[in-house]
Amino acid sequence: MTTSQIMIAVIVPALVKILVMIGFVFNVGALLTWLDRRQGAMIQDRVGPNRAVFKLGKFELRAAGLLHTAADGLKFFFKEDFMPPKADKLLFSLAPMVVMIPVLAILAVIPFGDTVCPQSLWHVTKDGHMIFPAVTRLGVCGADPANNIFPIPMQIATLNVGILYVFALAGQGIVGAALAGYSSDNKFSLMGALRAASQMVSYEVVLGMSLIGAFMLYGTLRIDEMVRWQGENAWGVFVQPLTFFVFFAAAVAESKRIPFDLPEAESELVSGYFTEYSGMKFGMFYFAEYMEVATSSMLLVTIFLGGWNLPFLHRDGLTISFGTTTLVHQLLPHIWVTIFQVLTFFGKVLFLCWFQCFVRWSLPRFRYDQLMKLCWKVLLPISLANIFLTGIIFMAIDNAGADVAAGLKIAADVTQALVALTITYFVLRGIIGFIRPSKHTPWVVGSSANQAELAGGSKESPMQA
Amino acid sequence: MIATYAPIFLILVLSSLIAGAFFTGASFLGTKKPTHEKMLPFECGSESTGGRHVKLSVKFYLTAILFVVFDVEAVFVYPWAVQFRSLGWLGLGSMFGFLAVVVVALIYVWKKGALEWES
Repeated sequence: MTTSQIMIAVIVPALVKILVMIGFVFNVGALLTWLDRRQGAMIQDRVGPNRAVFKLGKFELRAAGLLHTAADGLKFFFKEDFMPPKADKLLFSLAPMVVMIPVLAILAVIPFGDTVCPQSLWHVTKDGHMIFPAVTRLGVCGADPANNIFPIPMQIATLNVGILYVFALAGQGIVGAALAGYSSDNKFSLMGALRAASQMVSYEVVLGMSLIGAFMLYGTLRIDEMVRWQGENAWGVFVQPLTFFVFFAAAVAESKRIPFDLPEAESELVSGYFTEYSGMKFGMFYFAEYMEVATSSMLLVTIFLGGWNLPFLHRDGLTISFGTTTLVHQLLPHIWVTIFQVLTFFGKVLFLCWFQCFVRWSLPRFRYDQLMKLCWKVLLPISLANIFLTGIIFMAIDNAGADVAAGLKIAADVTQALVALTITYFVLRGIIGFIRPSKHTPWVVGSSANQAELAGGSKESPMQA
Repeated sequence: MIATYAPIFLILVLSSLIAGAFFTGASFLGTKKPTHEKMLPFECGSESTGGRHVKLSVKFYLTAILFVVFDVEAVFVYPWAVQFRSLGWLGLGSMFGFLAVVVVALIYVWKKGALEWES
């Protein structure tokens, strides 16, 4: 191929993949602004956002408040953009962009599916029949060079330093927060920025230390290789549960959300480092926070929750096996497996995003000294101890011989089976819940009149029930 | 080379373009009616007193220094962590020696009270 052909062959798939990822993160970010409010409303037993309405004659569309995301976005753009007169104009304008760009750029190294072999997607035979072949389980596109011409990895850039790129860009968020607070000529902003910088810097140490356990497990920094390892063995969360817990806590702290939202604690600091921002510039901070939830969920999914893998679904098809005994082996077409894996990845990400919103509405805010104590006195020692433990256990296993390795392989397959059972159970429960919703008994309802009536009295004389 | 790094360049350019579009939209679409009160720093309605910049607690500097120490040490461990199975017990022993120094440093700052925020 000539140079220009190579350029086209590189640029076009890269552009498509970038648009898929950025489109997904934008949509999920917008969805999360709705989910956060709606789910908070459900947890606190109120209705939540439901006012935005699309009217066309008699037709009204409310979509359970989903239109609020569009309405808010539009409103942000047409609000007055305000800059404090004594603010540092350059830094003040730069800060929202510095916050937003890295969140999007992190997506470059996150794999959302296994490598696609375009030659193996389908063949057309001479009599016009289409054949959908399966590819081999190991190796990129099999040993046949005819199938191996132009494999497309489902990852924007297959960097060999994967995780380090993520750390490098995640660190930029601190700069954005600090710049915003420093430049806005407001004491609340400055204090918020200080808190933000101090908190994010502390949790970055934990973030880096905790992942060492995962690097020792996978033996690579490439995120796609990590996912492949999990597909062939067990998911990372079963092998490195401590790392998963610590990394999850640190990732929530990095995105500065409750219970770690000290930098923007509204009861103390108005809204922290972006107090002086208005209009879409505030919206960029707000939106970047939700996109950060999506990207951190993607990282957690790829490093600990098996990425694009479903239990027993491999590149070549469905293989249910425990140790060396194979129960089911069914080849599936490459194109279906690929579609299924990509959907699996995004489904897992959505689940973790929901889970982060759930955590946000379930926990109270820490005090600042508790926050720092949790970081330096609990999470950092845990992750250091995890390195020592992992090192000794892995070296012992490597030297233990074939019997232990075979036993571990069976244990890994059992965890896969457990995951499969859990997923099936919750999917079935979800379907049953949709068909037959459980009866909602109103016990504590909104107004005091209704409460009094429930207790058997009236609003005027609630005590004589 | 190009296949690896061109997409990174592309996504950096694209995300800068998106952020720039948001920024210009925010700057030019809204109406602008500045008044005197609007221009004052927002402090919940009360007048702002004193200088613009508050004095910072020394704890924040301390945290920054500790960050430099521990984060750089974490980066030292990465190459070993990736290769530690092939380095064997000798590699494990040497890295544990290094990590023991880190643990001692953590205990030292802990005992010195650098991690306390109550005082």
